[in-house]
Amino acid sequence: MSLDYDEDLEIYEAIRVPRPRPQFRTTRGLRRDEWAEYAIALAAGVHLAVLLRFVLDWHDLLGTALIATLTFIAVHYLLVAARATPEVAIDKTITTVMWSVGAIILAILGWMVSYVAAKGVHQLSWSFFTQDLGETSALQKGGGLKHALIGSVEQVGLATVAVVPVAVLTAIYLNELKGRMAGVIRFIIDSLAGIPSIVAGLLIFTLWPGYAGIKASAALLILALPIVTRTAEEVLRTVPDGLREASLALGAPQWRVVMKVVLPTAKAGLVTATLLAVARMVGETAPVALTAGSSSNVNLNPLSGAQSSLPTFVWDLVRQPNARQVDRAWGGALVLLIVVLLAFAAARFTLARSERKLGRR
Amino acid sequence: MASIAPQIPITPADRPNRGDRIFRALCVSAAMLAFLIVGTALVFMFRQAWPAIRNSGVRHFFLDSVWKPGENKFGVLGLLEGTVIIAGIAMIVAIPAAVTMALFINEYAPKPIARGLTTAIDLLAALPSVIFALWGFWAFKNHLVPVARWLSVHLVALPFFRLTDPSAQLIGSSFVAGVVVGIMVLPIITSISREVMGRVPRDLCEGALALGGTRWGMIRSVILPFGRSGIISAAVLGFGRALGETVAIAYLVNLVYHANWHILQQDGGSVAAAIFIRFAEASPAELSGLVAAGMSLLILTFATNLLSRYIVNRKAVS
Repeated sequence: MSLDYDEDLEIYEAIRVPRPRPQFRTTRGLRRDEWAEYAIALAAGVHLAVLLRFVLDWHDLLGTALIATLTFIAVHYLLVAARATPEVAIDKTITTVMWSVGAIILAILGWMVSYVAAKGVHQLSWSFFTQDLGETSALQKGGGLKHALIGSVEQVGLATVAVVPVAVLTAIYLNELKGRMAGVIRFIIDSLAGIPSIVAGLLIFTLWPGYAGIKASAALLILALPIVTRTAEEVLRTVPDGLREASLALGAPQWRVVMKVVLPTAKAGLVTATLLAVARMVGETAPVALTAGSSSNVNLNPLSGAQSSLPTFVWDLVRQPNARQVDRAWGGALVLLIVVLLAFAAARFTLARSERKLGRR
Repeated sequence: MASIAPQIPITPADRPNRGDRIFRALCVSAAMLAFLIVGTALVFMFRQAWPAIRNSGVRHFFLDSVWKPGENKFGVLGLLEGTVIIAGIAMIVAIPAAVTMALFINEYAPKPIARGLTTAIDLLAALPSVIFALWGFWAFKNHLVPVARWLSVHLVALPFFRLTDPSAQLIGSSFVAGVVVGIMVLPIITSISREVMGRVPRDLCEGALALGGTRWGMIRSVILPFGRSGIISAAVLGFGRALGETVAIAYLVNLVYHANWHILQQDGGSVAAAIFIRFAEASPAELSGLVAAGMSLLILTFATNLLSRYIVNRKAVS
């Protein structure tokens, strides 16, 4: 700093006036004139939308919103181009586009969740969970999704119980043992990940025709195996080599190293992978419909007989030409959505907790 | 001092004890399970599909667009074309939105918003396809039809936007299904391209900015060229996902067995939706045709995934 500055400082201190802060040019945040540009452009967009709606009598929401957004972006570009170079104007416009796309995608997600919630919330009552469809007829009140809930729990539960050990052992083979077949196995797992879900159902059907809950579990297993295996492999890779080497140096055999050191360290990540796979499996419709069919009564036995699950419950009822059945389908869709949200939130929670733990270490 | 270190390092692999041998056998058999499932299932699938392919003739099966279970005649070309049309529309919707979203999260959004959007994208990926189908049919479709009408009136120069007659139904079209499927595959393309573009060396970006470039200039000259192959492979992967979408298409499209290139108009084809819709009431002969159609879909998605991996690997080599 120059001498002048120090002298200035002394003067400021002498007269006890707060010293003006030095102004830095920042890349983030907006100046007041930039805010004004956005406000004017937004006003133009909204204005045009209102005109279209009330003067030209446009009723379609999507088209109006699209034109309003485009107007907003165009007007903003013109405003910036009037004061800055074309490069800066384009940069500003792209920034606006980015924010708009982010907002649109968030809006779609919000629309979807709130629409299902609004349509389904009237159905939720105690009896919706404690009755099945056999206790009522299509046109009457009552009835619920008890049978579908039981079916989903059994099918997804069995699939999870089967997939976790297989996937974790496969991941250990790929990452800890690094066996000779690792390349081939990884290729197979990657190919499995690309199988369309309906083909997974078809595979199980050709192998094992007829309806039963456990066949649905087998189809779900095919779909979940690549997800859990890949994630588990990623997680195992994050375990520091030092831990492995330290326990090997203490004379532990490899299986004890894996069981006592590697897996406990990776536990949170494995739980997250499993929960995400559960969230995916519980919503699968096509493979479950092909392998477990659907019924309107409770079928506790997963080994034989058709068994409904939440997605097939929704799919069967929503296509019926009968408002009461369609309402039930919306109730089922909301329950399905809540189950998926819970599994997703649990996965996020475990992940966040483990990250916090690792951060403290 | 003379070294007494062994010439060959002793690794655990050189002297497995009994526990390790059992452990290894367990892991190997688990890893082989995936192999076994796929292998057996493919054999069984082919056995079930063969009657339909044989009765229709191999060439006719892949190059015709007929579906006559009564006469035992199946041709899957129309369904495959329909599948590709819908997936293509989905890509036109999804790729620009996904890449923009990825750039927004990585480069533009403040930290808390970026984190929230990442969660939102992951959630969108986790939502079941039946929820998309219901929302698409009951809420979204009605707002999309005016857009389709506008396209059919104002972009009539493009042949695929033309209607065969002005009063044609615009519901149940490939366009509507394609847009919904595009929203479904958006998260996977976003998250992969986000990861790829996040791997650009930061000093290159800083360098571009320090030379006086704007943020968009930096993205165009550094991030997009660097991440190009990753974005392409993410898009191909998303395309593979879109090919396999079932429930949303089955609910939104009026299924036909021939290709309909008038995408704004009612009728569209999809292998997965055809299997799903026809399965429950199919005769044994038609079932064989459906399994054969499923196999052709499997081949198509497999080829797509191979292409995606090839693009990534080529980049890694060069």
